[in-house]
Amino acid sequence: MNTMTFGRAINSGLRRALEHDSRVVLIGEDIGTLGGVFRITDELQKDFGGHRVIDAPLAESAILGTAVGMAYRGYRPVCEIQFDGFIYPAFNQIVSQVAKLHYRTQGRVKMPLTIRVPFGGGIGAAEHHSESPEAYFLHTSGLRVVSASNPQDAFLMIQQAIACDDPVLFFEPKRRYHSKGEVDEDAGLDSYPMEQARVEIAGDDATLVTYGALVQVAREAAMAARDDGISLEVIDLRSLSPIDFATVEASVRKTGRLVVAHEASRTGGLGAELAASITQRCFYYLEHAPERIAGFDIPYPPAKMEHHHLPDLDRILDGVDRVMGRPNSLSGQEGN
Amino acid sequence: MSLHGRGPVPDENLVQLLRPDGTRTDGSGYTEWLGDIDGAALRGLYEDMVVVRRIDQEATALQRQGELALWPPLLGQEAAQIGSGRALRQDDFVFSSYRENGVAYCRGVGYADLLRVWRGNAPSGWDPYAVNMATPQVIIGAQTLHATGYAMATKFDGADAVAVAYFGDGATSQGDANEAMVFAASFQAPVVFFCQNNQWAISEPVRLQAQRDIADRAPGFGIPSVRVDGNDVLASLAVTRQALDRARGGGGPSFIEAVTYRMGPHTTADDPSRYRDPNELEDWKSRDPIDRLARLLKAEGLLDEEFASQAKDTADRAAAELREACVTMPEPGELDVFDNVYATPHTVLAEQKEEYRRYLASLAAAPGGTA
Ligand SMILES: Cc1ncc(C[n+]2csc(CCOP(=O)(O)OP(=O)(O)O)c2C)c(N)n1
Ligand SMILES: [Mg+2]
Repeated sequence: MNTMTFGRAINSGLRRALEHDSRVVLIGEDIGTLGGVFRITDELQKDFGGHRVIDAPLAESAILGTAVGMAYRGYRPVCEIQFDGFIYPAFNQIVSQVAKLHYRTQGRVKMPLTIRVPFGGGIGAAEHHSESPEAYFLHTSGLRVVSASNPQDAFLMIQQAIACDDPVLFFEPKRRYHSKGEVDEDAGLDSYPMEQARVEIAGDDATLVTYGALVQVAREAAMAARDDGISLEVIDLRSLSPIDFATVEASVRKTGRLVVAHEASRTGGLGAELAASITQRCFYYLEHAPERIAGFDIPYPPAKMEHHHLPDLDRILDGVDRVMGRPNSLSGQEGN
Repeated sequence: MSLHGRGPVPDENLVQLLRPDGTRTDGSGYTEWLGDIDGAALRGLYEDMVVVRRIDQEATALQRQGELALWPPLLGQEAAQIGSGRALRQDDFVFSSYRENGVAYCRGVGYADLLRVWRGNAPSGWDPYAVNMATPQVIIGAQTLHATGYAMATKFDGADAVAVAYFGDGATSQGDANEAMVFAASFQAPVVFFCQNNQWAISEPVRLQAQRDIADRAPGFGIPSVRVDGNDVLASLAVTRQALDRARGGGGPSFIEAVTYRMGPHTTADDPSRYRDPNELEDWKSRDPIDRLARLLKAEGLLDEEFASQAKDTADRAAAELREACVTMPEPGELDVFDNVYATPHTVLAEQKEEYRRYLASLAAAPGGTA
């Protein structure tokens, strides 16, 4: 076991993948000499060479489009998008090509790309640097979407994503890059499947599902709720496509209550999908309608206003109060 | 052989009116564009550059002191920005990146407006129509298309105003920038593409974006181009005037590559020592745009002690006003995040706003709440 930061754990996972498979190549803006603006690829170009860790000209569509060509030829490109808000120039290549080529070639051409995306807010950044665009990609058939919340998962999941024969969107919660944790670098890739959610904290009264940066906030919420006599079960979803419904379903059958939290805007988000699917699967077990605690349906706001947008401990607890039928901010309104 | 990373060393393809030692060149046919630039005008350009450098320095300090979230310095690019910015007519319209604070100064953007977005107080700094300049574009290259479309619309209107797109060397790799040139050429749009080649796109040297001079690309799109010494304020002014004149006269788009150097970090969040040879900076310091004009002014007897201290006072006053505007900026309101998402009422968002208002009220009412 080694203690390392989340960012370091991804770096270590990328290093493993580069060592393990000569067909793995990294491509992105500023990932070489600089080691990326977050230093996630620190030293990798020095150690593996400019042909394996490639500083790309400044064009996201080209980064993804050329990665498709490399994949045609049997390579496993790992593309870095510098910040969430810069993925849109590549959206066309991702949605129309990366996601569909396996289908369109009837399985003859594999697209084992990994697309690394630092995502989410809470770091006081400028516009386009704090977004949570995951819903666009969950909505796109042919892509897998995952997000790690701790260094151990980051280390394993980045390698699993690279080893996967499908394209994987790998969302990195950038405000956790400096969080430290224990990492077992000897853990095998099969030690915990990438697609499986994890029950972080067991509880009986309500299920709180989240992913990425909010997992830590959910843990804090569980502690705070415990002081109020409420036992929260916290689930780190890890895989956003496919969703591990079995794990969530088992939990909700036990608790009868579901709260989903994410930074992304509410409408059409992952919470909507979970609420609908879990209601369908657990209808007779539910004590209350599922609640979503999410960013509002607004463009990500400026630094000094972001705390009004981001779900925090209090807003998550308010959601817990709603499903528990306790006094909450909506008390007195119909249905609450 | 291209000269990327080496800058404006003697280069026959480079328009230069002022050598680094402050002496004038023969003008390579461009002096006709500077007929009105007398001693007073030269002093004006000098003062402009001194002021924007001082503003830039103060904003960098404000970031270091925690008053700004981020700042993108223009240090080293004063001549390219002031030269081109002062060539514009009031009714021309600018679409820039985040680094053109010198151009914004020329357009008359106020200090609070300049900083608002970098302090994180508001989604944007100023009213584009009040100064005929769009607010800074962060998505690399996107504004080149906006300028082209604005120019097309100007032509629909039969007006003789020009749109100017400012962008960096890195931006020239984006599809948007190349597509903008296709549209501009096809529709003969009155647009000027002003590319500040400051040698770097964060950590990436310009040779990664372009194997030949950036200015060489435009003719392939059918757009005349010029490569100018961007640390020479007179040359920057002259070539911009020429391009604007061409656009106004129905001659269509032009492309200017202003060869300059980003003397500071990419932004205050960047550490160039990780990727840049310090000797390179030393080399470019000898071609500093302000020193160069100062040498000319001195030689022509225009930089006496009185004027020098007047320029310095003006700059210091600007810095003080900038600081004051920054620290006294009103904080945003707690429901402001819901403003201006749509131009017309949106029922779902209105519900979310009401929900959040109730939520804040419930927090304030809770024991220990802050009512
Ligand atoms: C679409 C997009 N991709 C990436 C970025 C991140 N980024 C911000 S500035 C920059 C470099 C820009 O270089 P250049 O165009 O030369 O302008 P300069 O910063 O040198 O003025 C990059 C990669 C971005 N803002 N937008
Ligand atoms: Mg540049």
